Parts: sequence; C-alpha cells; structure tokens
Amino acid sequence: MSEHTPFAAEPPAQPTASEPTAPEPTAPEPTAPVPPAGTSTVTDLADGEWHRLHPATPLFRGGIAFIAIIGVIIVNLRDRILELWFGYDDIDTGPGGDFEADAIDFLVREELIIVALLAALGVLLLLVAGFYFSWRMHTFRITGEAVEVRSGILFRTNRKGRLDRIQGINVGRPFVPRLFGAAKLEISVAGNDANVQLAYLRSRDADALRRDILLLASGARRESAASTSATAAHAGIGGILDERVHELLAPELDVELTEPKSIVRLSPGRLIGSTFLSETFIILVLMLVAIVVSAVLSGELFLLFAMLPGLIGIGGFLFARITRSLRYSIASTPDGVRVGFGLLSTTNETLPPGRIHSVRVSQPLLWRPFGWWQIAVNRASRSSQNGAAGQQQTTILPVGSLDDVRAVLGLLLPEAASAERQALLEQALLGSGPGEGGEFTVSPPRARILRWFSRRRNGFALSPEAVLLRTGAIWRGLVVVPFPRLQSVSVHQGPLLRALRLASVHAHTVAGPISPTLGALDVVDAGRFFDEVAASALRAAQADTSHRWRAEHQQHTESAGAASTAEAPHQPVVPPETA
Amino acid sequence: MSHEDHDSAQAGASSEAATATAERPTRRLERPETEWQRVSPRYIVVDMISTFITGAIVTTASLIPFWLGWEQGWMLGAGLAAIFVIVLAVTPRRVRSIGYLLRDDDLLFRRGIMFQRFVAVPYGRMQLVDISRGPIARAFGLGELKFVTAAASSGVLIPGLPLETAEQLRDQLVAVAETRRAGL
Repeated sequence: MSEHTPFAAEPPAQPTASEPTAPEPTAPEPTAPVPPAGTSTVTDLADGEWHRLHPATPLFRGGIAFIAIIGVIIVNLRDRILELWFGYDDIDTGPGGDFEADAIDFLVREELIIVALLAALGVLLLLVAGFYFSWRMHTFRITGEAVEVRSGILFRTNRKGRLDRIQGINVGRPFVPRLFGAAKLEISVAGNDANVQLAYLRSRDADALRRDILLLASGARRESAASTSATAAHAGIGGILDERVHELLAPELDVELTEPKSIVRLSPGRLIGSTFLSETFIILVLMLVAIVVSAVLSGELFLLFAMLPGLIGIGGFLFARITRSLRYSIASTPDGVRVGFGLLSTTNETLPPGRIHSVRVSQPLLWRPFGWWQIAVNRASRSSQNGAAGQQQTTILPVGSLDDVRAVLGLLLPEAASAERQALLEQALLGSGPGEGGEFTVSPPRARILRWFSRRRNGFALSPEAVLLRTGAIWRGLVVVPFPRLQSVSVHQGPLLRALRLASVHAHTVAGPISPTLGALDVVDAGRFFDEVAASALRAAQADTSHRWRAEHQQHTESAGAASTAEAPHQPVVPPETA
Repeated sequence: MSHEDHDSAQAGASSEAATATAERPTRRLERPETEWQRVSPRYIVVDMISTFITGAIVTTASLIPFWLGWEQGWMLGAGLAAIFVIVLAVTPRRVRSIGYLLRDDDLLFRRGIMFQRFVAVPYGRMQLVDISRGPIARAFGLGELKFVTAAASSGVLIPGLPLETAEQLRDQLVAVAETRRAGL
C-alpha cells in the first residue's frame, strides 16, 4: 500500500450504501461506551476496509489515568474550594498546603484568575481533542493477506502483520474495559514485541473478528468465511444490561462456534495445593520463618515489621496466581488450541496448528506424591500480556494430572501425541531405561559420574513426528520438539565429555523457556541422533503445510501442485572456491 | 538388574559398532564427511593479531594492582599472559578445524578442537545472511558470514572467508533457501 502518504489525515471514505457502517459513529462519544442497541451485532470487520476501534478506547487506554489525575488535583485543592464556598479564610492548610495556597493567592492578587482558568480549560480541550483525534486516526483493516493498523496524530505508525505468519490470537479483557463490554484483540506474529494490537473492540466484535481472521489465515476461501459469519440476533434495547451481565459471566464468547468445552478442569484445591507446594513459595516461607525466629530470639521485635513487605508480596503472588488460573480452560477449536485464563481480567489465546515449537512436561519434586505435572511451550511470539501468575504465556497447563497431560499433549501436538504414540509418551514421562522395544537410547553406564541418579532416564527417542528428550530422575522432565518446527541440530563435546567418550546434543528451536538439550550420551549415539534428526527435520519441513492449516483439506490438489513447483527449481549446491 | 545388563550389553554393542567403523574406540566426535570447505589460512594471522591485541590490553590492565604496590600482583598478569600465549599457540589448529559443507538440503558447520561443535541447518530455515568485516580482517581481505535462523542458538558463524567467497556463498545460500523455503 504505497499510495497512502504517511501523514494521511483522513482514512479512505467508508463505503456508503453497501455496508451498514455500524462501527462508525460519526459523533465522538468517549463517555458513552455502551454501543447503541439495535445495530447488527456481527459486523464483518474483516472486509478489507478501514475501520475504527471502540469509541471508548481513549478512556480505557489512558483516559482513566487522566481522570485520576484530575481527581488528585481536586483533592489537593479541596481546602481552597471549601474556602471559596464557605468564605472563611483562616483554614490551617499545614506546611504542605502553604506552597499551593501561595500560588493561588498569587493568582488572585495579580488578578490572573481568569487567565489561569482559561489556560486550564485550554489544556483540557487540547487533551480531549487529542484523545478524539487519536481515536479517529487509529484505524485498522483486515484483508485476505494481512492485518494493518494505522495510528498516531503527529507521528504516524503503520503496522502490518501477514496473516499466514500469525502465531496466535489473544482476546484480552482487562477488568475495567470488560465491565464496559470491550476487549482487545492481539495478533501475534513471530518476533519480540511483534504484535498487532486492536485495542479496544466491542467484546462481540472481537470474538467474531478472531474467527474471521483465523479463517482468512487458515487458507480457507473467503466465500466460506463469509457464509459462516451469519449475524446473530440482538436482544433489543432492554437487553443491554442483561447482555453485559452475560458477557461478564460467560467464560468465552463465541458467536458462531458452540462454546468449546474445556478438556481439563482445574479444581481450586489442586490449584491452591500446587501453589503452596511450589519451590518459590516454600523458599519464601522459609525466609519468613527465619526472620520470625531471629526476631524472637534477639528480642528485636521491630524486625517483624520488616517482613511486612514480604508478606504482602507472598499474598499478592498467591492471589494473582490463583485468580489467574482459577478459570483456566483449554479446548480444541478448528483453528487450533484455545487457552483461557483469568477471573477478573481474562485472556483467551488461540494458537493455530503448528505454532508450538517445543513442549516441556515437567514435574517438580514436591508434586510427585500427587502425580501433578506442568506443561510449558516455546512459541515464536512474545505476548505482552502475562499468563498465569505473571508467568509468560508459555505455561499452557499450570498443573494437571497425568490424564490431563495426555489430553493437552494430544491438543498441542496432534501428530506426535496420537493414539499409537501413547505408549511411547508413557515411557517418556514415567519410565526409565531403554524401554521394552528399546525406543529410548539412554546414557551408557560410564556416564553415571555425570548423571548420578538419572543415568538410565537420561535419553532420547525419535518418533516419525518428533524428537523426545527425557531427563531427570528426581525432577522429571520431558521435552518434545516436533520435527517440522526444528530449526537446526548440533552436537557438542568438551574435554570432560571426551574423556568419557560422551557427547551432548542440542535441538535448536525459537527462543523460549525451553532449551532442548541432552547431555552425557555415548559418542556414537550422539552422532546417530545428529544424522537422524537432521534428516527427519528436512523431510518434515518439506511436508509441512501448517502455515495454511485448512488449505490442505480444501485445496489439496493445488497445494500438491505448489509443492511440486517448489520442488522443481532445486538448484544444485556448488560450494564456492575458497581462495 | 536385568535392565542394567541390557544397558551394558547395548553400550557394548554400540562401542563394537564404533570399532567396526573406525578401527578403534572413538573418543572424539567424528563425521563421515571428509570434503570440508576450510576457511582461508590468512584467517590464522587475523585471529592471532586480534588475540594478541586483546591479550596485551587485558594483561596490561591486570598489572595495574602490581604498579600500585601489590607485591604479588605480577602473578595475575603472568598467569593471564600464559593463558593468552597458549591460546595463540593453538590458534592455527583451531582455525584449521573450522569447516563448512554444503550438502543437498542443509549446511553443515563444524568448529573447535577442545570444544567440538557440529551443526546442521536446513537451507529452508534461513532467515537472513550477514556478512561483517572487522578492521583487521578487512586489511587481509576477509569477512565473516553469519547464517541466522529463527533459533538464536543455531549460531552458524563462518569466519575468515575471502570477501568474494563470502559474497558468492551468501548469494548462493539465499538462492537455495528460496527454492527450499520452509515455514517458521
């Protein structure tokens, strides 16, 4: 889109007759966030035209802080106002109030009060105008290829994300906007801080738009996208309040799809138990106990006050973690896995197929008696919104039983955790040694000096779909890297490993909390790992079509043709001469 | 215990296989490939000069406590100097160990003698190729080529390529990556 000058003051004219331009209220209504009732609920925002955001956006984004500042000013001038109204002038303003009183006295003395009021009014008008124009200039459009956002008054920014590069779509509802029925849609593409944010939209629009974007991104044809977006009937004028209440209570708004059913239920007991048994929490408690003991023994009771911040910190940590995870849900949708978190502020993220670069299933030692596990993933995008308890949104399952782990793995990696791989996964999670069929290659006996307890658990297995790295006898862990996502593979050997005829292997994926490595393998096994993984990764990358995940069903012949054309111009690889 | 026996039997089998292929138990990581592309021998000089400069600066800085009156301070400088001399001594071998190989669908890269490292990167995973040249390398007409994937840990950095080779290699990598393009 080169024809748009960077300082295009007006977005292109909206279509006049063809579309009922519902999301385009001409009058600025920053204080009336409730959308007018009776308009069509599902506007097709993904029609390739420019649209504006929710009219109350400035209020949600910065206006609340602005109102708070005005509140602070009013509170500070309270005495002044009282004096003005009740007319007594010997109020004891105290040492803090003197300066301010002097400033206002000065204004009164110099008869500048009118000027000051005008100036204040001017600033206020400027701010309101700024908010209005920033809302007006903040437009987005969604075409079949990309989602594009333009914003800014003086400094225009134009951000465009390609749809086939989408790594995830997040519908976030922070508490206050959620009360007003607004939500923000965050479209992440690969990279750090590479998100296209549509903040804020109407809640229902956000859900409809998410579905439309996913449909467009999936490679399904546009017509089918249009046909599925039938409009839902609106409740009418009296239904607004009803609808708000419903929106607030419904865990997940989806206009078209029947609400996807979460396959994991996180009981509050397990959530609280797992939080109390986490290692961070135990360390914090031990520190507090140490402070109490030292305070009592030394008789210096004021030390007890020193632990107040610590207590508040622990309380905040627990509260955040529990409320964030309380309404946890994970469900399968046609467009990928949907993970939801949050009690008051909710986030709901959809990860299209093939966007998960590696998966780690781990079990902290204290969770072992209860059979609890945790699942984290590596993703190519970094979301600005946090997941459970301030963890990055890489924790997909905060805590779950073995059955939950199986179900979630089946969603995250449908091929690598299919029914016939269940035995392998079982062996990978719980087993040790090479397994009955010798699926796992474990460290040789001479590696015991490096892996005291886990020598027989430390090993890898290669399934046709993924590489499985199993580690740890005490802190059990399993890392699964699907071959289509593997970037490269390496094998290392330092002097210590060489003396033991060992080597370590690394599978490289995008950066994240997981780094798939395995140490202390036999040199020959490591070499075999290197060769087989490199070959499988190549095969898988060529067969992979998950960037357009629905295209393979709809246009099978076409994609096959595309694959063969991609195959055709293979250049011979000739190494350049080294001079 | 039967598992133990099974394991040791398996380990024995694998080491037997190793002896069968290499005639002796392999300690080192070995690759069947032999036709590695090596970096320019001039890079040995470049690497030695830059090691020498770094060593001189670090050693001088470490001698400051000695000049300020710490009697035993010279040992610090002497130790560091010894380390840098050793690094200088192994530089030729280290540089000769750097190699790359363009296979049909992936790039193989190796480096290190003490700390060996082999990487295989499919061409289709390439995000970009960088050529950079430091002042010393430029004086010798060399440059280094960096092959960047979406994984930061891939770390394929081929130093000491003559500039025309580096540019040729870059163009070729871009061309083959285009024909073998894979998603993220």
